[in-house]
Amino acid sequence: MDEEEDTSRADVSGEVRLPATLEGAGPLPEAAEIVIVGGGVVGLSIAYHLAKGGLEDVVVVERGYLAEGASGRNGGGVRQQWSTELNIRLMQESVELCRRFAVDLGVNVWFRQGGYLFLARNAAEVARLEKNIALQNRCGVATRMLEPRQALEIVPELDLTGIVGASYNPTDGILFPWPFLWGYARQAASHGARIFTQTPVSGLEPQKAGGYVVHTARGAIRARRVINATGAWSPRLGAMIGVQIPTYPIRHEICSSEPLKPFLRPMVSELASGLYCSQSMRGEIVGGVTIPGHESTYGMGSTMQFLATYARRLVRLMPILGDIKILRQWAGPYDQSPDGNPILGAVPGHPDFFLACGFVGHGFMMAPIVGKLYGEWLTGGPPHEIFSRYTLGRFTDGSTPPHDKEDFNIG
Amino acid sequence: MAGKIVLCRCEDVTLADLEHSVSRGYRDIEEVKRYTGFGTGPCQGKECLAAVATQLALLTGQAPSAIPPFTSRPPLAPTPLRLLARDPGAYRFPDDPEGPDAPPESERKR
Repeated sequence: MDEEEDTSRADVSGEVRLPATLEGAGPLPEAAEIVIVGGGVVGLSIAYHLAKGGLEDVVVVERGYLAEGASGRNGGGVRQQWSTELNIRLMQESVELCRRFAVDLGVNVWFRQGGYLFLARNAAEVARLEKNIALQNRCGVATRMLEPRQALEIVPELDLTGIVGASYNPTDGILFPWPFLWGYARQAASHGARIFTQTPVSGLEPQKAGGYVVHTARGAIRARRVINATGAWSPRLGAMIGVQIPTYPIRHEICSSEPLKPFLRPMVSELASGLYCSQSMRGEIVGGVTIPGHESTYGMGSTMQFLATYARRLVRLMPILGDIKILRQWAGPYDQSPDGNPILGAVPGHPDFFLACGFVGHGFMMAPIVGKLYGEWLTGGPPHEIFSRYTLGRFTDGSTPPHDKEDFNIG
Repeated sequence: MAGKIVLCRCEDVTLADLEHSVSRGYRDIEEVKRYTGFGTGPCQGKECLAAVATQLALLTGQAPSAIPPFTSRPPLAPTPLRLLARDPGAYRFPDDPEGPDAPPESERKR
């Protein structure tokens, strides 16, 4: 690194020449303290916090290009409206980290706290929201139940036909996902982490003295510890050393409209269909809908059925949007876990193999806090309770009581 | 402004923006698309993709044939939601208006 190494935040001007964040085609290091497999937001957040915490020799290997997986394909929502206390508290901290991201990481991520508005179309949905709100309020999240006409004050474009209630938390928000990755990647690199894209892992070879040899298409790295942050592909990495991870990929589609003048403050979501949409800081309406019953697949194709279903539900909910044009649609994989919660911590019987997966489409919003907690733990701090609650072992030893199941994985 | 070379007119992406992206290590055409925003406007790359790819090849010393186009995304052209909402293939939720060709509620009210 030369004298012009970036420690300031001057590159927004594009005038200061900076060291590359990504390593390009150069040789892999022979050894590393920690190899993080997966260069999505979860892996990069962990890498940043480990490197910033003083751990040298952190290496990230990403199979494809940066942002190729779900981290580059999500809707950018960040909310605290969850159904379990642990997830609510985690997301309170994640929102705070998002608020500080531009200052802490030196990249504008267009984080905007316009709130989240969940719409209910029947009494059961209202009851579900009310139950969650009581818990959220106890945690200090100011979610409140709204009458339909109050929802109209927040989003005047809504057609209230059939809407019987809504929950609204004004401090939920949205962000632009890609700069989040660049920010974490760049600051991880500036703290000494090395990030290799186009580097698929082909095998993990356990060593007698502990650790692994990580075999990749570009050579091998001896790693004292390995973190599996490969999202929907986590079961495949686990299978390389005989670890069964009970998650599976579900394709979710999403689309983006032409940019419009800002008019839509909150993320709007409808429980009945999983419909959601928000207006990004680029002005685009970004959203999706959950068509039930899809089989597990790694396929990321786009369908006309999705676009038609999204259009039908969205135009019904906000008729004025009928005239806006869709520019593009795409898809990404949720890493679906059996109880709706992530899988974290070391694997029983494999003390050097750590998991950061099973985020069920919400890895992006959880990555800031999960990366921070992982960083604190693996640089010598005490483990946060997520590492004893969200273990892989809970699926086999019954260590998590059933009421901890997260049932609010909407959109 | 003098000497400014625009590669993507929809999103105002210049040659200098591309050079900046490459200097940071974002050299894959998919990374360049995301880092600069080129090809994400109304034309979805139909105008600018070849120009960016050509310059990317020159900047990175690759053969143009080594740079594939980024993944093209449907729809082919910007399409109004109202038109898409009429497609009979839409999934019907239990609370959707009945009938195979029921128009969106907004149009029924007209």
